[in-house]
Amino acid sequence: MLDKTAAAYWRANLKTVAICMVIWFVVSYGFGILLADALNAFSLGGYPLGFWFAQQGSIYVFLILIAFYAWRMNAIDREFDVHEE
Amino acid sequence: MDELKLLTYLVVGATFVLYIGIAVWARASTTGEFYIAGKGVHPIANGMATGADWMSAASFISMAGLIAFLGYGGSVYLMGWTGGYVLLAMLLAPYLRKYGKFTVPEFIGDRYYSQAARTVAVICLIFISFTYVAGQMRGVGIVFSRFLEVDLLTGLIIGMSVVFVYAVLGGMKGITYTQVAQYCVLISAYIIPAVFISFQITGNPIPQLGLGGTVVEPVAEGSTYLFAQLNAIVTDLGFNEYTLGGKSTIDIFAITAALMVGTAGLPHVIVRFFTVPSVKDARSSAGWALLFIALLYTVAPAVGAMARYNLTTTAWPGGVATADGAMSIEDRPEWMQRWEATGLIKYEDKNNDGRIQYYNDASDAGKALAAQHGWQGNELTVDRDILVLANPEIAGLPNWVIALVAAGGIAAALSTAAGLLLVISSSISHDLMKSMLTPDMSEKAELMTGRIAAAVAILIAGYLGYNPPGFVAQVVAFAFGLAASSLFPAIIMGIFSKTVNREGAIAGMLAGLIFTMGYILYFKGIFITPMAENIPANWLFGISPEGIGFVGMLLNFAIAFGVSKVTAPPPVRIQELIESIRSPRGAGAATHH
Repeated sequence: MLDKTAAAYWRANLKTVAICMVIWFVVSYGFGILLADALNAFSLGGYPLGFWFAQQGSIYVFLILIAFYAWRMNAIDREFDVHEE
Repeated sequence: MDELKLLTYLVVGATFVLYIGIAVWARASTTGEFYIAGKGVHPIANGMATGADWMSAASFISMAGLIAFLGYGGSVYLMGWTGGYVLLAMLLAPYLRKYGKFTVPEFIGDRYYSQAARTVAVICLIFISFTYVAGQMRGVGIVFSRFLEVDLLTGLIIGMSVVFVYAVLGGMKGITYTQVAQYCVLISAYIIPAVFISFQITGNPIPQLGLGGTVVEPVAEGSTYLFAQLNAIVTDLGFNEYTLGGKSTIDIFAITAALMVGTAGLPHVIVRFFTVPSVKDARSSAGWALLFIALLYTVAPAVGAMARYNLTTTAWPGGVATADGAMSIEDRPEWMQRWEATGLIKYEDKNNDGRIQYYNDASDAGKALAAQHGWQGNELTVDRDILVLANPEIAGLPNWVIALVAAGGIAAALSTAAGLLLVISSSISHDLMKSMLTPDMSEKAELMTGRIAAAVAILIAGYLGYNPPGFVAQVVAFAFGLAASSLFPAIIMGIFSKTVNREGAIAGMLAGLIFTMGYILYFKGIFITPMAENIPANWLFGISPEGIGFVGMLLNFAIAFGVSKVTAPPPVRIQELIESIRSPRGAGAATHH
């Protein structure tokens, strides 16, 4: 029974991490590098869009991702009753 | 003594008094406080300390200059050195904090039930950290000798003495609170000039917005956006377009990945997450760290682009790339004359017309311009490293801002050096002495050993700073590559896989290490002559030595899994250890069945 809870907790954890990692990859390696040339056809103010992702946008998204992860994991900890006292 | 020198002495002196005062207040009395600050540091304070620890003389002094000359190609540093924190927050920090020991090799030794694995980890750690610290001591010496006008050796001795006082006395606890103060100094020293310059050029005081905005006084025809203006003037002079890349896509990809993974594998960064009170705090601490780092890293592209714009328009006051547009020698600005004394900015009037033509004489467009106007080659060379330091002078800011920038550069170098020295000393006293040579050492003796190791490490670092092996710049790639290809995969597999065993981990670390080291030596020849020319045509998959740590990491993973498949699985107690690391609460539910 306890082992099952631990396994379910770990799966919920891995799912959260996987979602965050996909976004992490897409904004930096995707938008900032692989698709940068295509995105540069659009612009954000004076920034070509691909350039913006590479030098500004990806950093902002990284910050949001960590904040989301910390918030979500704390909720999951409580849900599975494994949070610290 | 002139006003600037006096102000610099005052500002730098005041910050030193502050750092030493904090160290005396936060003296360490136990090994727990010495290694990991007694695990009692608030996540926000820890985030600032991590920021100061991470942002070295290279981030503060060199990065914006690199971006200014590389344009889009500079993105590898921006993404690489911030994206690693996402990996740290999600894949490393919470689990290592739960594990709750003092050092990275200790985790690797326990998880892979092997002194050999721990020893390999210690070797990686010491090599990575010394590489880094030598560069920092050099940075400290240069800032001292330039702004305080003392010679390099005196500068180094002053810097080493200050680090000695607070690292050796205060340990991690002293370092952490000193780094909070150093963060505040370095970030204001970076942002204040950037705000003024952004306002001067674009009319918007927020550099991140000014960079995407329009310029107040356009110099080229067409769109008045800063990037459009910058692209127009640099291409007129035969340089690459600023917003396009110079490197191949695969190389940019691999370098970014190696820097990201290397960041997450650097021991002095990882150890930061051992110092917070709980697993919850370890998660948020990585977020705070990235927030404080992002303040500098999102401003750096603006500093770089605006410095390039300022430099180009200053060099061409009468119209960029026009016949008589170049700056005349007697009208060069005062800041340029001051920096000429350092040899970091030079001009040579090759065609004897009394003007300084600044353009790219290696490109076709540049050659066509030269042929048209009778130029005899580029006449101005500017060292990339001076841009941040010279920025306040270029913008004509008051002397106290220049003094603050000097204090910021010193803070950036000292904070990183101290963090690295502590990691080295704890590895020597805890992982080598206590665990292998004299296991029955008392806590007091271990603390003493740690302090002696830190003192010796400072002396070695100072020596390396004064007599830099000719390759300080090259070994940076080395340190990141080694961290990415050795420590990072071993830690990740230790947490996320229950099947990777002792044999797999050791084989993986060695394979990653040897492959990466071999590749870099092959092209850069650090102790030997390079065996092949360091050009894209010779590279494996078109990946430069800077990015090869990424391939080394993949190799490490593949070999570790392969070897683990054909050897005995880890014992049951290790499976239980992994279960316990994965669950935040105390001993964890899964281990109590």
